[in-house]
Amino acid sequence: MYDTSIDLENVTVAYHGKVALHSATLQLKAGTVCGLVGMNGAGKSTLFKALMGFVKPDTGRILINGLPIRQVQKSNWVAYVPQSEEVDWNFPVSVYDVVMMGRYGYMNLLRIPRSPDKVAVRESLERVEMWQLRDRQIGELSGGQKKRTFFARALAQQGTVLLLDEPFAGVDIKTEKMMIDLLIALRQVGHTVLISTHDLASVTTFCDQVVLINRSILAYGDTSEVFTEENLSRTFGGSVGDLSFSKSRLTQTQLNPGSEE
Amino acid sequence: MDFVQWFVAPLQYEFMVKAILVSALVGFVCSALSCYMILKGWALMGDAVSHAVLPGVVIAYLLNIPLAIGAFVFGVGSVIAIGFVKAKTRIKEDTVIGLVFTGFFAFGLVLVSKVVSTVDLGHILFGNVLGISDADIIQTVVISLITLVTLAVLRKDLILFCFDPTHARSIGLNITFLYYVLLSLLSLTAVAGLQTVGIILVVAMLVTPGATAYLLSDRFDHMMLIAMASGVFSSVFGTYISYYIDGSTGGCIVVLQTLLFVAAMIFAPKHGLLVRAKKQEKFLD
Repeated sequence: MYDTSIDLENVTVAYHGKVALHSATLQLKAGTVCGLVGMNGAGKSTLFKALMGFVKPDTGRILINGLPIRQVQKSNWVAYVPQSEEVDWNFPVSVYDVVMMGRYGYMNLLRIPRSPDKVAVRESLERVEMWQLRDRQIGELSGGQKKRTFFARALAQQGTVLLLDEPFAGVDIKTEKMMIDLLIALRQVGHTVLISTHDLASVTTFCDQVVLINRSILAYGDTSEVFTEENLSRTFGGSVGDLSFSKSRLTQTQLNPGSEE
Repeated sequence: MDFVQWFVAPLQYEFMVKAILVSALVGFVCSALSCYMILKGWALMGDAVSHAVLPGVVIAYLLNIPLAIGAFVFGVGSVIAIGFVKAKTRIKEDTVIGLVFTGFFAFGLVLVSKVVSTVDLGHILFGNVLGISDADIIQTVVISLITLVTLAVLRKDLILFCFDPTHARSIGLNITFLYYVLLSLLSLTAVAGLQTVGIILVVAMLVTPGATAYLLSDRFDHMMLIAMASGVFSSVFGTYISYYIDGSTGGCIVVLQTLLFVAAMIFAPKHGLLVRAKKQEKFLD
């Protein structure tokens, strides 16, 4: 187990000469649940892509658990839960098939599941209470069940770093609570969870760390220290009032930092 | 004429036996690939590549090398050309596809009509399975084997590539490799399909059976089986019908495929129009 799970140093990413992420430096300890907060186009998805090895930084370096991304991919360490809009829900696969895809990295060329794979899939589906629905085609699920299916796939992958993109958009209360409980359980066994979100209220309830991003990393650290109104207004270009979340609520949650403990 | 007689009579001719077997094989292979084309959203790409292989086929014929090699080079080349034009200009992808493949196809037409006088243009455009040569049969069998083995070995990787390329990449699958595998298979099967239905209708073989099966199933394996069954059925019966009505074989095959699709569209147990209408009625009640 490494102390520093996600380690970015001076990372700059540009697409066709346009800088999407400038000189980002970030260290996240293993065993944290971290909120990644920023506007659309602030570089959240670029950061995710860099962590998954999809874009090569023009400068700087990225290490995950002390290793460069190439080796990380082979070890299946980084699991990603996509936004619901990114998925083709009419695709002819069952819930079970999708979760089994989380195991492909462990299988041989023909991707024939062995018993550890089947056990991991079953356990993951049971943890999100989807085992009963394993034979459903994915389009026949509710919003929350869909999200839980992809969450189970990430669990089955047994990575140590979990990336979630807007995980609470369009899900029911039950799913949200279940996922938060699972995230906290993952933190306790030393996994690192990075959640990209607009939902500022959820950040204060269960994220112990927060990263503020606006073309670069503006601030990161303990939620109670970083999640200040001043930092937020820098993140959102001085327009916190425009957000779905009001100032008074921010002040309230700030009074009880770390309320999830 | 009784039913058995209807089946057996044409089989006294060797050319009919060959035609039926080759059509069935091509129907089988193209249908298997069509499932991936449908799910990846590559119907337009299939149309483009299957037309763009024409100059490659003609040049390969001139150089006396297997037609599949020429088709492969031009099929993949056309997609690279599409990618290049798209990246370097402000023109949208569908325009680029339409532009590039007709350009390739037209070039092929000129080559066929002016350079190679021994090849009947009609056979390339509309297929000539009733007069297929033994060399072409061997080529079709080789292409079919390559395609089927590749699809069998990479089945799950290709499904994942179609379904969720992001996840595929994040667990270290080489999606560029998978992209070119699918593209290469598309170019190869275009050559196989060219023999039976001709270059103009190849895209039907690569799209319609998959689309029919997609309406009838919610599992990939079932979809594959249904597609292959409908593909083989259309190929075999299409060949028979063309024999009896003395009409275009490729035309008969594709018309049958289309009729199967229409039947599936109306009567499919879950995604059919009838069931949907009933559901709507219930909802309104």
